[in-house]
Amino acid sequence: MTDATLNNIKLAPREATTWQRLQVNRNWLGLWFMLPAAAFLILFLAYPLGLGVWISFTDARIGRGGDFVGLENYEWLWDDTVFWLSVFNTLLYTIVASAFKFAVGLYLALLLNQNLPFKAILRAVVLIPFIVPTVLSAIAFWWLFDSQFSIISWTLKKAGLISTNIDFLGDVWNARWSVIFANIWRGVPFVAITLLAGLQTVSPTLYEAATIDGANKWQIFRHVTYPLLTPIIAVVMTFSVLFTFTDFQLIWVLTRGGPVNATQLMATLSYQRAILGGHLGEGAAISTAMIPFLLAAILISWFGLQRRKWQQGENND
Amino acid sequence: MTMITRRTLVKGGTAAAAAGALTGPALLDWAKAWAQSAPWKPEKGAQLSMLRWKYFVQSEDDAFVKLMEAFTAATGVKVNISRESYEDVQPKASVAANTGAGPDLFWGLYSLPHLFPQKCMDVSDVADYLGKKYGGWVPSAVTYGKSGNKWIAIPICYSGNLMNYRVAAGAKAGFSKFPATTDEFLAYAKAMKAQGTPGGLAFGHASGDANGWVHWCLWAHGGNAVDAKDKVVINSPETEKALNYAKALYAEMIPGTASWNDSFNNKAFLAGEIHWTNNGISIYAAARRDAKLKEIADDMDHAYMPIGPIGKPTELHLLYPILGMTYTKYPQAVKALMAFMLEADNFNKWLEGSVGYLTHCLNAYDSNPVWTADRKRTVYRDVAKRTLTAGGLGSVGEKAAAAIADFVMVDMFASYATGREDAKGAMKIAERQLQRIYR
Repeated sequence: MTDATLNNIKLAPREATTWQRLQVNRNWLGLWFMLPAAAFLILFLAYPLGLGVWISFTDARIGRGGDFVGLENYEWLWDDTVFWLSVFNTLLYTIVASAFKFAVGLYLALLLNQNLPFKAILRAVVLIPFIVPTVLSAIAFWWLFDSQFSIISWTLKKAGLISTNIDFLGDVWNARWSVIFANIWRGVPFVAITLLAGLQTVSPTLYEAATIDGANKWQIFRHVTYPLLTPIIAVVMTFSVLFTFTDFQLIWVLTRGGPVNATQLMATLSYQRAILGGHLGEGAAISTAMIPFLLAAILISWFGLQRRKWQQGENND
Repeated sequence: MTMITRRTLVKGGTAAAAAGALTGPALLDWAKAWAQSAPWKPEKGAQLSMLRWKYFVQSEDDAFVKLMEAFTAATGVKVNISRESYEDVQPKASVAANTGAGPDLFWGLYSLPHLFPQKCMDVSDVADYLGKKYGGWVPSAVTYGKSGNKWIAIPICYSGNLMNYRVAAGAKAGFSKFPATTDEFLAYAKAMKAQGTPGGLAFGHASGDANGWVHWCLWAHGGNAVDAKDKVVINSPETEKALNYAKALYAEMIPGTASWNDSFNNKAFLAGEIHWTNNGISIYAAARRDAKLKEIADDMDHAYMPIGPIGKPTELHLLYPILGMTYTKYPQAVKALMAFMLEADNFNKWLEGSVGYLTHCLNAYDSNPVWTADRKRTVYRDVAKRTLTAGGLGSVGEKAAAAIADFVMVDMFASYATGREDAKGAMKIAERQLQRIYR
């Protein structure tokens, strides 16, 4: 009797409920696994970004919410010479600093990839500028670039090469090159160490094969190392550009955007107007105006990474 | 039992002030008596947190900490004090105002309370109490402290920004006393540079020093950012005169002033690199503290900013107002603390501790011995009475604060003086910035 009942049950399977189907549904389960990450991204990235964009369309001041004013903040920015100067400064700062960081970083990475004595120590030493807190290194540069007490000016004066102190941070272009130099000094280790990690993944057999084929050092770099390094270069430089474009601390400690806004970046101008000046709406508009530039940097890298040519050499598009 | 009424306390307070500040157990007894009779009774279990600007003179902070300890002993209200560089108080206060959480009291700069007047407690009763008791407020303090008809902050003190100069170098250049007019001042700067003892004024983004002297220069020549109705009037022949004057002065300064922040001139003066600048009394205080700098301390003195063509003082000094936030759970404790700070028995001692760096806003404190014990401090006594307010002819509210925070005037002067713009161009840029702020 019992056997018969069991057989009956086996023979007539119940229709699975929606819940039961969901329990074994991979997509449903996947959704739940994704949820913590999605919540995190929405809460800490999408919401603040959306809020920032929304505030840029209001006349919000510190301490009170604003009313919707449409594009008014952007219209004011459109013919604001200080804003356009900050855009120019930001682009100059980012392009020059990133180019130098890439060149010097790559050179350092190639050097550190050689078999050098004290290799591990040297690699650690290279990281020092990156490890020192930005504000501390900025203060060190502040003294180095001081108009009265700069040790650089002092040394050059003692050596008889100059007669008056170099006005590092008081002259418009001197100030720009000085802050760019400080940024390069700080950013090179990140590029160098990351590219070094990339170099370590290149198989020695490829170098051996190239050597057997009679390739010289430049040809090995150009046709073996460089193509294999391109994906990591794309990632590193994207990060480097993003960090440089949004830099704040170095500028704030060294010049506060001066002299005459010559080193005012979009990030510092946004802070100055939103927090110090109290015009949250306008500050948010300046921050929002940074988004297209940042997006462009990310997209170049993203589409570049999709291309096989970037991944496997130029003949494999 | 002796009943201590407000009237007897006022009498007692004045008598005690006349007799000099109390110390030790006497201070505690007085503080307890004060707490009993004060119009504000702190809430039970009240605790306060205060964010204040970071001291420039250690003895001021020591006196301040003692004052807070006396308040705690008298009222049982614990006060947590945090200190920030004075430029950083404003952003923190702004964020607290925006989020409705943070310290109960902020002690910041200029028109800080006018950035968010509706988030500041109404402290009219405290201001009236103190004003009546201590000879009234100086006019500029009333302008800064009030929004409409109510007081939104208590002006505690000013930090004077006057000329600091080396006496011997000036005498050698033919100036037995510091120039009293702008014309004489330019001649003085020329003579000083010619003999290798130049001075300098900050043209960089120096919140205190640069804003202080550029506003003086603008107003001294009759220029104004806005008129009494807050209409932008910066683009004017008077402003151009001020710009030309500043450019001529810049040519006679030590190179590098375009990069100066607030601390640069202090360092350069103490190192003997510059021989005149505008500053608070902190350079002198630092020189007095350090035996190695005795020569500088003995040789330096202070003077009012020179009078310009308009014929009256046009100085701009830093006000330090204290404000209570509306979100505080202990408004009575906040008011009690504000009143306690400015009572003669406390304030006189604190004023002495600040060795002339800070100047009172209540007339009765003119007689504090700190102003006469060292005659080099005396000019700083008058800064609260001489100063104009942020915004000049216009309102002292958030727009004036934004214009100062945004360095609109500093950049206008710097861009013309350094040759980056011509006078018309510099004024036009400033006009555009001011129209944006005052829209």
